[in-house]
Amino acid sequence: MCQDCGCGDPEVVPIDVQHRILAKNDATAAHNRAHLVEDSIFCLNLMGSPGAGKTAVLEATARAAGNPRRFAALAGDLATDHDAERLRIAGIRSRAITTGQACHLDAELVHRSLHHFDLDGVDFLFIENVGNLVCPAVYDLGQAANVVALSVTEGEDKPLKYPTMFKNADLVLLTKIDLLRHLPHVKVEKILDSLSRVMPEPRVISLSALDDDGFGEWMQWLESRRAAMAPREHVHA
Amino acid sequence: MHEYSIVQSLVDSVEAVARPHAAATVHHLYVQIGELAGVDCDLLQTAYDTFRFGTICAEAPMTIERISARWECPRCHAAFAPGAVLRCSTCSEPARLAAGDEILLRRVELEVA
Repeated sequence: MCQDCGCGDPEVVPIDVQHRILAKNDATAAHNRAHLVEDSIFCLNLMGSPGAGKTAVLEATARAAGNPRRFAALAGDLATDHDAERLRIAGIRSRAITTGQACHLDAELVHRSLHHFDLDGVDFLFIENVGNLVCPAVYDLGQAANVVALSVTEGEDKPLKYPTMFKNADLVLLTKIDLLRHLPHVKVEKILDSLSRVMPEPRVISLSALDDDGFGEWMQWLESRRAAMAPREHVHA
Repeated sequence: MHEYSIVQSLVDSVEAVARPHAAATVHHLYVQIGELAGVDCDLLQTAYDTFRFGTICAEAPMTIERISARWECPRCHAAFAPGAVLRCSTCSEPARLAAGDEILLRRVELEVA
C-alpha cells in the first residue's frame, strides 16, 4: 500500500538485478561441458548456413582420420534424420536431434541426447547444429569450441551480415574451395578481410570435401585442441 | 526465430526474482539486449507481447534497452570504429568486446498491495 498519501494504490517496488536470461541454458551447458571434459572428449559446435557443407566436412573427416570410431556426432535438423544417417554410413556413430520448428539446438536437447549415447572410446564429439547463421550463435551447448562452416559460394561479405555468429567462432572452415576455379569473381582475400572485421583473431582452414584438401590441417587443429584440454574432477561424486 | 524461446526463459527469470515476494504482482520489466547478442529487439518485443498472457508477466509491459557494440583494445583501450579490422593498429592486440553481447534482465518492478 502507498505509504506517502494513503491513496490506496499499490506500492511499486523496483528490484535491480543482473540476471542472464539464458542462465538456465548456460547452467545445463556447463554440466554438459564438465561431463565431456571429464571423459576427455573434445566437443565442438559446428554451425553454418543450410548447404554450407557441414555434413560433407564430417564425412570427409572420417575418411581423413582413418579411424572413425574416435568420432561421434549429434546432428540437429528441423525435419529429418538424413544427416545422422549419412554420418553413420561414413562410420561415425551418430544420433539425430529433430527439432521440429526450432531453429537451433539448446543445451537441454544436447543433454537429453547425451544420456542415450554411448561415447565409450570417443575422442571427438561433433554437434552439427541446425543450418542457420543466426539462432545457434545464441545458445551455449557445452562445447569446447565453436566452428563455423562457410562455403565459397555464400558471398564474400557473409561474415559482415552475421557478425554474432562469427564473433563467437574459434575457427572458420572455408568449404567447397574446389569450386573456386569456376568462380573467378570470388576472392578469398575478400572473405578473409570480412572475417577480420567481425573476429578479433580470425583462424581459417580451407577445405574441399570433394578431393579431401585441407583435412590434414583440420585434423591437426582438432588434435591440438584436444591435447590442450585440462583434466577435470569427476562431475558426480 | 529464437526470440520466443528467450521469452520463455525471461518469464522463468522473472518468476525467480518475484518468488520471495509472494503477494506481489509484476508491474514492469526492463531488459538489456546487446547489438551483437543475436537477439532482434522488435521480434523479442512481439514475442513477449504475444506470450506474456497467462504468465506472471501478464500485466507487465517490457522496456528494452539496446546496448551498442563496443570493441576496444585490451591494452591501450582505444575504441574501434564500426566495421574496422578488429586488431589494434598501435598495439597489434586483438580487440575485446567491451559491450554489446548482453541478454540481461536488469530490473523487475513489483506491485506490493
